[in-house]
Amino acid sequence: MKKEITSKDVRKFLANNIVPIIFIVLCAVCIPIAGYSGQYLVDQIITRIVRNSFLVLSLLIPIMAGMGLNFGMTLGAMAGQIGLIFVTSWNVVSIPGLLLAAIIATPIAVLLGWFCGKMLNMAKGREMITSYMISFFMNGVYQLIVLYGMGALIPIHSNRVILPRGYGVRNTVDLLDVRKSIDNFWSIRLFADENGMGGLTIPLLTLILIAILCVIIIWFRKTKIGQDMRAVGQDMEVAREAGIKVERTRILAIIISTVFAAYGMIIYLSNMGTLNTYNSHSQIGMFSIAALLVGGASVSKASIKNVFLGIILFHLMFILTPQAGRNLIGQAQIGEFFRVFVSYGVITLSLVLYEIRTRREKAESAQTLAIEQKEAQA
Amino acid sequence: MDKAMELVKSFGLPRLIITLFLLALFVIAPFAGINVASSVTDVLGRFGQNAIMVLAMVPMIHSGCGLNFGLPLGIISGLLGATLAIETGIQGPVSFLLAILYSTPFALIFGWGYGKLLNRVKGSEMMIATYVGFSSVAFMSIMWLILPYHSPTMVWGYTGQGLRTTISTEGFYYHILRDTLNLRIGNLSISFGEIIFFALFAFIIWAFLHTKTGTAMTAVGSNPVFARASGINIDKQRTLSVIMSTWLGALGILCYQQGYGFVQLYQGPMYMAMPAVSAILIGGASVNKANITNVIIGTILYQGIVSMTPSVMNSLIHTDMSEVLRIIVSNGMILYALTRKTGASR
Amino acid sequence: MSEMTNTLLEMQNVSKEYNGNPVLKDVNFTLKEGEVLGLVGENGAGKSTLMNILFGMDVIQQTGGYGGKVLIDGKEVKFASPLDALKAGIGMVHQEFSLLPGFTAAENILLNREPENKSVLSLVFGDRANTIDRKELQKEAIAAITKLGVELDPDMLVSEMPVGHKQFTEISREISKSAIRLLVLDEPTAVLTEKEADMLLKAIKNLANQGIAVIFITHRLQEILDVCNKVIVMRDGRIIRELDAASTSIPEMAKLMVGREVSTDKPKAESDGRTISDKIVLSVKNLWVDMPGETVRDVNIEVRDGEILGIGGLAGQGKLGIPNGIMGLFPAGGKVVLNGSEIPLNNPRACLDSSLAFVSEDRRGVGLLLDESLEWNIAFPAMQIQNKFLKNYLGGLIKWRDQDAIREVTQKYINQLQIKCTSSLQKAKELSGGNQQKICLAKAFALEPKLLFVSEPTRGIDIGAKALVLQALREYNKKHGVTIVMISSELEELRQICDRIAIITDGSVSGILPAERPSEEFGILMVGKSKKEAM
Repeated sequence: MKKEITSKDVRKFLANNIVPIIFIVLCAVCIPIAGYSGQYLVDQIITRIVRNSFLVLSLLIPIMAGMGLNFGMTLGAMAGQIGLIFVTSWNVVSIPGLLLAAIIATPIAVLLGWFCGKMLNMAKGREMITSYMISFFMNGVYQLIVLYGMGALIPIHSNRVILPRGYGVRNTVDLLDVRKSIDNFWSIRLFADENGMGGLTIPLLTLILIAILCVIIIWFRKTKIGQDMRAVGQDMEVAREAGIKVERTRILAIIISTVFAAYGMIIYLSNMGTLNTYNSHSQIGMFSIAALLVGGASVSKASIKNVFLGIILFHLMFILTPQAGRNLIGQAQIGEFFRVFVSYGVITLSLVLYEIRTRREKAESAQTLAIEQKEAQA
Repeated sequence: MDKAMELVKSFGLPRLIITLFLLALFVIAPFAGINVASSVTDVLGRFGQNAIMVLAMVPMIHSGCGLNFGLPLGIISGLLGATLAIETGIQGPVSFLLAILYSTPFALIFGWGYGKLLNRVKGSEMMIATYVGFSSVAFMSIMWLILPYHSPTMVWGYTGQGLRTTISTEGFYYHILRDTLNLRIGNLSISFGEIIFFALFAFIIWAFLHTKTGTAMTAVGSNPVFARASGINIDKQRTLSVIMSTWLGALGILCYQQGYGFVQLYQGPMYMAMPAVSAILIGGASVNKANITNVIIGTILYQGIVSMTPSVMNSLIHTDMSEVLRIIVSNGMILYALTRKTGASR
Repeated sequence: MSEMTNTLLEMQNVSKEYNGNPVLKDVNFTLKEGEVLGLVGENGAGKSTLMNILFGMDVIQQTGGYGGKVLIDGKEVKFASPLDALKAGIGMVHQEFSLLPGFTAAENILLNREPENKSVLSLVFGDRANTIDRKELQKEAIAAITKLGVELDPDMLVSEMPVGHKQFTEISREISKSAIRLLVLDEPTAVLTEKEADMLLKAIKNLANQGIAVIFITHRLQEILDVCNKVIVMRDGRIIRELDAASTSIPEMAKLMVGREVSTDKPKAESDGRTISDKIVLSVKNLWVDMPGETVRDVNIEVRDGEILGIGGLAGQGKLGIPNGIMGLFPAGGKVVLNGSEIPLNNPRACLDSSLAFVSEDRRGVGLLLDESLEWNIAFPAMQIQNKFLKNYLGGLIKWRDQDAIREVTQKYINQLQIKCTSSLQKAKELSGGNQQKICLAKAFALEPKLLFVSEPTRGIDIGAKALVLQALREYNKKHGVTIVMISSELEELRQICDRIAIITDGSVSGILPAERPSEEFGILMVGKSKKEAM
């Protein structure tokens, strides 16, 4: 069966994929202006995929359950950071360190996810703004614990972590012990020169971990709980009538997302090598969500494909704009502001487009009804 | 006992706790060696500085657009007015009037567009408002760099291009209201200028809500279907409310600048909506109901806690946890309002 | 059916009351395996309550249970929840679809009863980590569809289905539940096209042949004759008659449905001493309205000056769509002329400006500002539309709310309509249903309209309040000569106060009769037999 491609189809395709298209154009314009080498860009993109994909993937499950973009993934990031703070102070190094961090982070993430899910069940219909405010609120609690609790109430004494005053965690914590330990555990180098320098480094183990998570998500969609989440996401009342425990399912979706976000944060920070104790988590939430949306996801629909396309496009823009700004106007700062603007702008645009699209679909159904009736009258 | 519970319920438990907490702070203060009179001065000063931004929440809540997380848009109009006024080089009180004058057209245009946008996304106004605010702040960050300002008080000295992050209002409209009709009794100083300025706009809003149009606006927020069936153009009322809120936001930031002494550009306005939102909620407003009393009580309670906690805590336990507490209290308050069942029923 | 089949369901003296108001009295009937029972009656005759009892719905327990006995296979049962009813093999298909648009027919049929494959991971994470066995799911869904005997693609998404297929999906879901023995279908053909309805009727026979008993609730009496073995006609909570479907007729059923004879020989206007001129005050031509569940198609009606016109008909036939469409609350088309000038549609303001007023059937949703005072509720439309209750300052630049005038008018209507409230400042949500309805009337009266639409004015209010509301309407018509168009599901109520009554069936007017005509004639109009010659 072959379908004719009409101009209407093209317009529909453009309308549904406007955000990725804007980004592709943007990147295409910026690449020559920035003047980076292709190899450099590819290397950078691989690094960004390795760093971010686990985090962005964690957003998929709440979308499936109809809860929109989980701004509360920041909670998971906080849990991951707490795990890392502990292992750093205990001097547990390399992969065991990361594993231990994950083990510490898990119960914290579960607890936070449960709290977040409970709250979201109380605010049905405005999950996004609520999860957003939860991330702000928990940020306060996190600061209270990390800045005043650690070292004072929670026994952490390592000088590398705690401020000289005896309590509170430093602004930046060096993660040298665990830095790139997953990436370097098993990596291969492509196109290297004779000294074994340069070229592209492919961290295989990290990529395998990411692949495993993708498989888990695909598998998850096929499970009973995945089916339940899709059902709850479409219509809570119908799902409830069919006997699905709606509230529990929603809470579970958030818990899973939060735990994945915690692991994602550990991977992210171990790749970065430093922890910005009071900033990393809040930034990462926005960047992950923006990346997913750039990949063409919407509030109600997102796939693994969106994740990777989004990371590539979003971070390409991220790498390019400061340099492009410098080359164009002589100011790198413009590029930096520009990418902040783009991150926020893309989220705004996606949210607005989503709302308008749902509304238009509703109006269309009313229109067809009117036409049908007119025809019947004639 | 039941009656007491009823009273607590109508007052709202969180508000009660916050009020008691603030009272406790004032009771403890003298023992911690803090001068109560200067504390009161501080709280009143902050009230005068911030109250109009809190007032900017009222029109949008009334028309059912929810909490105005898009306040930064109004603030940006104010910043444009402020920078343009300073650019003219005219000093003294006139500069304040100029700033108001210049910011007005921006506020009207931005508010109109923002209102139109919110009309198309009914039901998720708050989330989109938040990001409209953020996007506009980020966009203006670029603009502050490239707009052709020349006034040496504002432009970076070494490049001669792009505006500074903070610009002093000294010489222009620094303390223009604060020092008007200032009453001093020992350490206590009350600025009637600021209070009257706020009272003027509070009165205008109060009066507006008593007119035919104001009544229609409230009805739109209370039950949009009812309003539509009564022949009201809902979208028009909502747009009007957004324009009003945006303009009040612009005025609010100008008022803030005269007290604070600086114009904060770039990322400065980013999170300025949160304190205003949580202040009006602490004052007893909900997502769809608010009045002038909520504004006054809320601003005093919120600013009271923000200014009292650090000083009292510092002198008691020699640790300043106030910023963290502020984050928890103000965001917790917003969260409370969002998750309340009653807030959801229209 | 042969005499040998067993009795499946028996109801003995079932009765039910809500707050002292009896809604079901002495219901007795039996149903055999493989039998199709037609259940007919006007809205409010007690059909839904009876079905709620059969299903053990929560609302029955919460309001004090029921009297009498329900027997299945000769043994008494008391279902505590719909789940118990399901276990006993009773399934129900409701009027509103309960389907997920993004799922296929098969997924919907087996929603939350999906066949699963166990895996290693489910040992760790529990049963919900089982994967879904797609093949088995497909097989079971097809089995249910085949049993029903309709054509339905199991892989089609519900969102892409025509309405009929949605209905089939819904029924297949009930059938796929193991041990289904009794299926209740509530108005299943209301949304179907003729062809789809035929398919469904065939499917019902098919199920009956497989020994499944069916209770078939419908307003289309022809369908009853086509498919049922016997018919129960209900009215006022009682079974009026049990009929053999083979030997009854549509007029007989219709007559039994509406029943009650009220002696009204003379036209009302004459006995009241009112004058109704022949002048046409409102004429409606080719009106269509897209109101969900109350679609209007091609309605033509003329309203005479000074009369009270009733619009009746069964629920879902479109009578409510007429005022809602004219007043601009739902998308509408056609031509509406008031006193010679055409009124633009889809524009509430224009209607109100030309002195039309509307009391909505949706009191809480449309009619009231629940969170505001009675003063606001009553004065608001008049203030906004006609600039009443305002004080002008600065030459009309400032229009200030005149609190005293508002209080005065509110007080006037509180006294006039005997509204029970603590003060005129009480919030509308705190009043009882009857008093809220009076507020809605007062709001419309305050507009001093020339023509007033009143939609379901007595829905959900007690008998005392009902009489007061009807009295108020009649007096308003008499005193001020205001033309009233009243829409109601209760025929008797319409016959009490209206001069003429139009009956709406399938979205258009099936006939207009003087109110004093015997109710039987209205009954026939309601069930769709066009009788325009009766005019």
